[in-house]
Amino acid sequence: MDSSAGTLLPSVLAPPIRTVRNGQAVARADIPSVSMDDFRRAVLSACSAKARLAAMAVLPGQAPGRVLLAVLADDKSQRLGLLSTGFPLVNRYPALTPDLPQAQGFEREILEEYGLVPEGHPWPKPLRRHAELEGPRNSGVGPDAYPFFRVAGPGIHEVAVGPVHAGIIEPGHFRFQCHGETVLHLEIQLGYQHRDAEALLLRSSPARRLVVAETVAGDTSVGHALAYSIALEALTGTTPPPQAEAMRGIVLELERLANHVGDLGALCSDVGYLPGASWFGRLRGEFLNLSLEICGSRFGRGLVIPGGVRFDLPAARREAFLARLEAASTDLRHIADVVFQTPAVVSRFEGTGVVGVALAETLGLVGVAARASGCDRDVRRDHPAGIYRRMSMEPAATSSGGVMARAQIRRREAEDSIALVRDQVAALPDGARSVALHEPRPHALVVALVEGWRGEIAHVVATDDKGKLAAYKVVDPSFHNWLGLAMAMRGGQISDFPLCNKSFNLSYAGHDL
Amino acid sequence: MRRLWERLRQGYRTIDFPKGRAELPSQFRGRPALDPSRCQADCHGCADACPTAAIKTNPLRLDLGACLFCPVCSQACSQDAIRFTNDFRLAARTRSDLMLSGREMTLAAALDRKMRGLFGRSLKLRQVSAGGCNACEADLNVTGIVVFDISRFGIQFVASPRHADGIVVTGPITTNMALALRETLAAVPQPKLVIAAGACAISGGPFAGSSTCGDGIPADIPVDLYLPGCPPHPLTILDGLLRLLGGIK
Repeated sequence: MDSSAGTLLPSVLAPPIRTVRNGQAVARADIPSVSMDDFRRAVLSACSAKARLAAMAVLPGQAPGRVLLAVLADDKSQRLGLLSTGFPLVNRYPALTPDLPQAQGFEREILEEYGLVPEGHPWPKPLRRHAELEGPRNSGVGPDAYPFFRVAGPGIHEVAVGPVHAGIIEPGHFRFQCHGETVLHLEIQLGYQHRDAEALLLRSSPARRLVVAETVAGDTSVGHALAYSIALEALTGTTPPPQAEAMRGIVLELERLANHVGDLGALCSDVGYLPGASWFGRLRGEFLNLSLEICGSRFGRGLVIPGGVRFDLPAARREAFLARLEAASTDLRHIADVVFQTPAVVSRFEGTGVVGVALAETLGLVGVAARASGCDRDVRRDHPAGIYRRMSMEPAATSSGGVMARAQIRRREAEDSIALVRDQVAALPDGARSVALHEPRPHALVVALVEGWRGEIAHVVATDDKGKLAAYKVVDPSFHNWLGLAMAMRGGQISDFPLCNKSFNLSYAGHDL
Repeated sequence: MRRLWERLRQGYRTIDFPKGRAELPSQFRGRPALDPSRCQADCHGCADACPTAAIKTNPLRLDLGACLFCPVCSQACSQDAIRFTNDFRLAARTRSDLMLSGREMTLAAALDRKMRGLFGRSLKLRQVSAGGCNACEADLNVTGIVVFDISRFGIQFVASPRHADGIVVTGPITTNMALALRETLAAVPQPKLVIAAGACAISGGPFAGSSTCGDGIPADIPVDLYLPGCPPHPLTILDGLLRLLGGIK
């Protein structure tokens, strides 16, 4: 059943691009392979017609060659596009980034990992592996070896922060080019969290792969475990039972709730509104504890597995569960009403860290940040899987693009998620929790998208001729959005950085993998 | 007026810990209980299933420092030789105390008298995330919310290592963070404490054996307190810190 089938537009993904749906496995042989020039032309043409670059991945090709794959998302037609080109028949090519800035991170990543040189890329510097730092441990070479962008002139000064931050926060390095209080440019250097998660996802045992997926970004354990599971189910032709899909939806939305509510509290904290900070801070725990009630982990760990789920919500516990959800829902409404009517909060949120719709489109932002800037995209509606195929979603939307917009989107989405969890628990199907996986198809590829609480999670997985995993690419929503934070700071005050940063609340681990 | 009303509506939320009993739901996977006498000869189903090789059989042992508290081992065992209790008390002072067998676990002992005199009523900690997935970081932050209110015990997370009495390390120690970890530790004045929070910092966790990180805190950095978990529950953290300071015996 396709809720929004009536409003689907024809796909902008024209041949030679092959179209698929989210979570639909295709034979590798069916992915068109074209020359680098045609690849470039087709990708640029699709993106100029409002498709997005959801992922770029490198797959093993016929030895010694490799295959460069572009995954395009056409949100209005519920279609994904696949197109590939071979290398190293060429090991240099004219970069996409000058014409398609949303490719900047992917092209740097591929240069760093595979040596494919994007000629004309304005910013071809290390993305994660700061070579000098990643040499022998304690070699004494610091991050100074990394070429930071610098602004020069009278009165210009530079502020460096990190990788160890003042709060309990993941590591990253920020370089601000300032004139007085005004930030002319912010450069964000990441990679400090690089654990080589993709390599572990490729070569580990199935049990280990699942826990690595859950810890790609620990605050998105459910989202990444779900993308991993959808990918494996597609490659093995396995359909999870209805109860599993409902439980997955419930815990994915609880994850969204906990994080959105926690972020609202942290935003209050960063403008010095402590009542909001402590109320929301406590309320966040209620949603984590509802996950714990289901699966024994505040972070939803151990629930989602390829083939289904490990736990359910027995009928005897549902009433108490729903009562706790209602109490939390009431708290959310009351607290949010107070916070969003507090002048001290409103005046600091409004007009701070604005990213306009054109810039958001150009950077290819996803999730909360995109919807706050007027880009109407949400995987749950645009590329639905699981329970989302059977519901009509109207994603939260606003267009003012600043801290206030990102806060309001979180509030609205939290309210929607409560309604969704309530409905799913009330109508929880009975039956099996999981089914055994079949053997994986050889020479196949799948793109699995999940709307995590930050935005679009993409896992691109391919098998070899024996059905073993041959390539694993993870794209956390943060990968698309970090540049959005940097741009949001331009022309702003450096003292607004913590507030801006929190309004995006991006994952370092998810970016660094 | 509305704000005042909401403040009253929210009420008093801080738990009476450690005086009162804090109990987590039975679903919570806390300290595993091992019963080697139930093991069947030559059975190693739990060890085979464990994603981090935390379990050895014959006789049955479980490394709490590598355990991710996933349900796999308990579900693989048909004899109930491993089952998860809801006991959140997991902290230990030595790595070997984390190796569980069928016997009662030795929980963390307090610092000596001199150190307790220095830190017992005021402990300032700097957190260093070195590859943490943000779950340990999240639940360390949670110790500061009104429910747990760690500051009432004189414990505070501070912004600079220069203000700190010790560091709390999370993550498997990525190569890119190895230098920053050592420099942060060096910046803490003596005497100082090192606390390892979570499976990654203790053993590498899910990332053990990765080419771009270590298997937790390097062996040459002495660790004063281990807080197992993936991530450790806020109560595990609070219980461990209070044991270290002699507030719980």
